[in-house]
Amino acid sequence: MISSRSKLSLYGEKAIEWLIRICGVSAIIFVFAIFFFLFREGAPILREPGFNLWRFLTSTEWYPTSMSNVRYGTFALIAGTLSVTGVAMLIAVPFGLGAAVFVSEFCTGKLRESLKVIIELLAAIPSIVWGFIGLTVMNPLIQTVFHVQVGLNVLNAALLLALMSIPVMVSIGEDALKAVPDSYREGALALGATRWQVIYRILLPAAKNGLLAAVLLGVGRAVGETMAVLMATGHAVNVPHSIFDSVRTLTATIAAELGEASQGSPHYRVLFLIGILLFTLTFIVNLVADLVVRGINRK
Amino acid sequence: MSDTRMSITTRDLKLWYGKFQALKGIDLDIKSGMITSLIGPSGCGKTTLLRCFNRINERYGNVTTTGEIKLLGKNIYDPDVSLIELRKAIGMVFQRPNPLPISIYENVVFGLLIHSENKPSRRDLDDAVEKALTEVGLWKDLKDRLNDRAIGLQLEQQQKLCIARLLPLKPQIILMDEPCSALDVEGTRAIEELMWSLAGRYTILIVTHNMAQARRASSECIFMLLGELIEHSRTEDLFLTPRESRTAEYIEGRYG
Repeated sequence: MISSRSKLSLYGEKAIEWLIRICGVSAIIFVFAIFFFLFREGAPILREPGFNLWRFLTSTEWYPTSMSNVRYGTFALIAGTLSVTGVAMLIAVPFGLGAAVFVSEFCTGKLRESLKVIIELLAAIPSIVWGFIGLTVMNPLIQTVFHVQVGLNVLNAALLLALMSIPVMVSIGEDALKAVPDSYREGALALGATRWQVIYRILLPAAKNGLLAAVLLGVGRAVGETMAVLMATGHAVNVPHSIFDSVRTLTATIAAELGEASQGSPHYRVLFLIGILLFTLTFIVNLVADLVVRGINRK
Repeated sequence: MSDTRMSITTRDLKLWYGKFQALKGIDLDIKSGMITSLIGPSGCGKTTLLRCFNRINERYGNVTTTGEIKLLGKNIYDPDVSLIELRKAIGMVFQRPNPLPISIYENVVFGLLIHSENKPSRRDLDDAVEKALTEVGLWKDLKDRLNDRAIGLQLEQQQKLCIARLLPLKPQIILMDEPCSALDVEGTRAIEELMWSLAGRYTILIVTHNMAQARRASSECIFMLLGELIEHSRTEDLFLTPRESRTAEYIEGRYG
């Protein structure tokens, strides 16, 4: 009796173990599957005569539908994505991490709970709605405040992206700070440290990995965001010289043009190549962050 | 009233966590330069009492305190008292060793750095580190690895480091909250020896669960029960000839 029951539970145990193992491995499978799919659709263009990978990366001329002289230069698009993301992070990182510190270290009780709910609500706003806000609120606002002709520009999109990536930064950053043992705070406070000294000297260094992860998730969110930037950047192929220039991003280009490009055409394949480029970009960001974290830990 | 031989005096000290009263009118006089131990069963309020003296229990918002606490003749609830200066003068050692997540060197100089207006010179800091670590008996073992992370040390070394980091601030009083409960026999012995070597220069107040430790490592002993101070006398008197029957029963192990 005892043996039969334990056998059954042993099989149950094994089954669950396998189920969990599959869940774990599936992430790897999905990543490779996505990469494979992108490559299958995009790679053939590399063998096409007249296509030059160097020009693809460095030329600012993006004329994918030109009748006489088709040119696929994505440099302006890369510059658009990087500028919008960069400015967004300049705004979002101090605000996001500051909010995380505030929620985790200074808030108590009701204020804390309601702040968390509201910040999470910010994450629930669909990106198309952000696009509306960019078009109808930010656009005239930027025009009047900064006296510029066009309000649909790097600044506009960056503000939207900052607002969109702050919630994820706040919640991950707050988790990271909360994970720092309370005994550190108590030890430092008992030595007479002020709250700011505790945060600056103890908590931020102790939570740096988690905070870096928070920032990176924000970057990932910003690089990958499509709809809001499509509406707010002005969608003009242009290497920006100031934050008031209109640009176009890699993601917005794919979204806007994939519908028109006939399947299997060079244009279609180039758009997939842009997808690979985006993938590579985020991969590099993650890799660098990983190395940085390891470097910090070793020290 | 402000007797210079007394480091800590309290009068009718009451404390509530929300509605729960944890201290019910404590009158206490702790002599300077001595080790005084606080014993009593779990929940009797001894840690709460200890945490009143550097006002660290104010971290939790729902604490109400009434009565008077004088440290070195100064009422610590006076409006002109700076928490930062108070905590500089009163060191605290915790139940679990809690070195800060920085290097050994930085742990020792942390207090100096946060309390000085101008950054102290490297030489002053170096001297302070050597002096403090020598005093707790860590210098020989650690002098070549001062830049290692303090969290990697053995627990006993961590706890000694937690004591060492108080010393550069020249505290007058050191509060210890069950400092040996995470340590083994050897570690406990080492910390107790260290306490004796520090006694005289510092007033030490130690909370302990371990009656044998109170007996070994203190000159005076206070027995608390359910938020009240039952008995305060010389340690050997308290253990050999307790005045109160409740003390006697606790010491005999009838409850606790």
